[in-house]
Amino acid sequence: MSTDVTDKSPAAAPPGRSGGSAPGGGLLQLMLDGMRRNMRQYGMLLALGLIVALFAVWTDGDLLLPRNVSNLVLQNSYILILAIGMMLVIIAGHIDLSVGSLTAFVGAFAAVLTVQHNVSWPIAVVLCLLAGAAAGAAQGFFIAYLGIPSFIVTLAGMLVFRGVTEILLEGQTLGPFPDGLQKMGNGFLPEVGPETNYHNITLLLGLVLIAFVVLQEVRDRKRQQEFALDVAPRNIFLLKLVAIVAALLVVTLLLASYKGAPIILLILGALVVGYGYVMRNAVFGRHIYAIGGNLPAAKLSGVKDKKVTFLVFLNMGVLAALAGLAIAARLNAASPKAGLNYELEAIASAFIGGASMSGGVGTVLGAIIGGLVLGVLNNGMNLLSVGTDWQQVIKGLALLAAVGFDVWNKRKGVS
Amino acid sequence: MAGPVLEMRSIVKTFPGVKALSDVTLTVQQGEVHAICGENGAGKSTLMKVLSGVHPHGSYEGEILFEGEVCQFKDIRASEQQGIVIIHQELALVPYLSIAENIFLGNEHATRGLINWNETLRHATELLRRVGLSDHPETRVADIGVGKQQLVEIAKALSKKVKLLILDEPTAALNDEDSGKLLDLILELKKQGITSIIISHKLNEIRKVADSVTIIRDGRSIETLDVKAPETTEDRIISGMVGRDLDHRFPERTPHEPEEGAAPALEIRNWTVHHPIDQQRKVVDDVTINVRRGEIVGIAGLMGAGRTELAMSVFGRTYGRYGGGTVLKDGKEIRTKTVAEAVGHGIAYVTEDRKHYGLNLIDTINRNISLSALGKVAKRGIVDEHEERQVAEGFRKTMNIKAPTVFEPVGKLSGGNQQKVVLSKWIFAGPDVLILDEPTRGIDVGAKFEIYTVIDKLAAEGKAVVFISSELPELLGMCDRIYTMAAGRLTGEVPRAEATQEVLMRQMTKDKEVTR
Repeated sequence: MSTDVTDKSPAAAPPGRSGGSAPGGGLLQLMLDGMRRNMRQYGMLLALGLIVALFAVWTDGDLLLPRNVSNLVLQNSYILILAIGMMLVIIAGHIDLSVGSLTAFVGAFAAVLTVQHNVSWPIAVVLCLLAGAAAGAAQGFFIAYLGIPSFIVTLAGMLVFRGVTEILLEGQTLGPFPDGLQKMGNGFLPEVGPETNYHNITLLLGLVLIAFVVLQEVRDRKRQQEFALDVAPRNIFLLKLVAIVAALLVVTLLLASYKGAPIILLILGALVVGYGYVMRNAVFGRHIYAIGGNLPAAKLSGVKDKKVTFLVFLNMGVLAALAGLAIAARLNAASPKAGLNYELEAIASAFIGGASMSGGVGTVLGAIIGGLVLGVLNNGMNLLSVGTDWQQVIKGLALLAAVGFDVWNKRKGVS
Repeated sequence: MAGPVLEMRSIVKTFPGVKALSDVTLTVQQGEVHAICGENGAGKSTLMKVLSGVHPHGSYEGEILFEGEVCQFKDIRASEQQGIVIIHQELALVPYLSIAENIFLGNEHATRGLINWNETLRHATELLRRVGLSDHPETRVADIGVGKQQLVEIAKALSKKVKLLILDEPTAALNDEDSGKLLDLILELKKQGITSIIISHKLNEIRKVADSVTIIRDGRSIETLDVKAPETTEDRIISGMVGRDLDHRFPERTPHEPEEGAAPALEIRNWTVHHPIDQQRKVVDDVTINVRRGEIVGIAGLMGAGRTELAMSVFGRTYGRYGGGTVLKDGKEIRTKTVAEAVGHGIAYVTEDRKHYGLNLIDTINRNISLSALGKVAKRGIVDEHEERQVAEGFRKTMNIKAPTVFEPVGKLSGGNQQKVVLSKWIFAGPDVLILDEPTRGIDVGAKFEIYTVIDKLAAEGKAVVFISSELPELLGMCDRIYTMAAGRLTGEVPRAEATQEVLMRQMTKDKEVTR
């Protein structure tokens, strides 16, 4: 790497630090605090790595076969899409129990449009997303403007959308979908260019992504140094970079040596980047954190809390519609039982990924990591032929352990 | 008299960063009604929490003797077993349980875990008769008024075989009639041999029920007076409450010269607000005030005077129900129905309760500072983190916020530094009028001086400042004019030259007689 990491003060004490020390705490305390914060940030990532490693060993490497990795992405993409929206909802201090039913409803709607009425698939997709937005907006209206608790509104929504699904489908499974729509759930990027052992476009995309991430990290660090802020020591930074590059490279190669990158992965990637950016940098994102962190204070600061809440639920509706389309496309049929309990998986993903019951905390990346922890557990246990009965037990315990660890870690931080 | 029933000797209680009680000695005689009075924050409630075991033995210094024996209460239960019962300002009743259930909550008439309803109702009826309440004991507490709820609290205390009853501002939320009844009941209980301690700053009440009064000031017991003695006048008590020197230091201020003809920056006319739940009650009653550019105007008042309620209802109707009145900015009437409108008109309100209403404690300094004016560091809805950080760094230096970086969660900062963050947040919003509600509450002397300096600078820059405070020396040291409020009404307006603590305190304790 030829990146110029001009690091003038590699040690742990940049000049700006001397400006003021925390009341009642020395340098040691600061370092411990820093570690604890990193712990919170990276703890789940480490856990994910550990789970992947364990299952890779237990399945004699089957978990990491190109075919399986590709499957893993396809199987979990819709949960991850839901988890992104759910993370926003939970950060805002709410909950959404209706998303599983909503995905089923949207799938049914798509089937009715394309199969029964021969609507062309791009139009159907747009209509489905609008339907999701409308459903989300309706729930958001009751929650934000009428002040009905989100738990109640979305519990009602869960029943209503499931019921409407069954009415639409008359209890039957409806399919198959047009090719274009199927691709959304099952398709891969097309193969072009010279014959290599790998999928060319996927390889190229992967390398571009790696370059982008490295550049971003380096720029971030440089800007932090410009402001003489705390930066991680140079060797730790390099270690982190190498780890990121290695992880991305492995995934790229794995995908590229099978059929290439699934289309849904690209959609998911765009969502992660987009929502991550909004939550970090947009005024809207800030306002979500503010109303979840301290609603009265946010109100007194002039944040339009009702509008923000409304939009968060509207957004959840759109993402649920997207997930619903992905599920229907992958199964190539709309089923009345589609998306059953998906709301619980999405909620579990958000909490494993660092959200807090009281709101105000969490990141989009956290939701993805949480979702992947569950996804790898699912997939790994399937490979090991663990029955669904035991799978549920283990997933439940994983959720309890993850949140329990977080609570314990926080309590230690307080004392 | 039969000698002292309670002696508290040299009580010292320290909270992190603040010495709440520095030396309090209290002697209460058997069978008397003993009043404790002092300004807000003088340490009255803390003292009672020490006595009742809310602050357990070991967390304070000093000695407590009850009926001649040394007490070391580890919690409220322990003090209640000795017959000391405290009734807090905020009533501790469960609204959806019945009167009887509330009276015996945690102390049920039960055998092997099953409640004996006959005995419960019989006993409850008997207790209700003693406190003069004729409601059926199975009535839900939510369905009776605050005055009756207060009586239920006393019935609950009686059920615990109370010997010493402590009432913390018992009439603060009551109307005149209910207050009268409650005071009569205290006298009735006195005849039955129950000793009471009543915390109050309503001097007419103290004169009515108390035998003696102990005055507490700045965490010290100043003196104990015999209320029945002729030389104990209301003025005498007032001078005891305020008789402190102006020992806080304030920045040098050149008094503001009012500009001829210019309309006030902010004028509030005939403002009335009703209580959000009890809508009959006027919390703010026909208040008219104004503040000019470059001027610092104080609002003095005791607990329940309606100062915060006035400020918050003007600032985006964030308290109570609007009951009439107009707001004028620079002579023109403006709408302040939402916070966004108020902020848009250049009004900022810095809350007295920074932890609940001012800050997102789990978020960082920079994000808290920018929240009320995110648009200033954002372009097309995207926050420029670079600029936001520079802004926050700027405030960290100029306001001397003691934190290693602006990425520190504000929950980790001390009270004084949290207050500086809240102030920074509203200064960053760039208002013309700042309403500061108890800006120095709960912070140490050094940080107070820094905050005073900031306020002085804001006025010097031509901003209009409304300064709500319970600390009279602070108002006297900082303000050009001071309004006084009592029980929701404006009771006076005093220019700087004529203001003394005694003058202000007299108007703050006027209560309702004057306006009748």
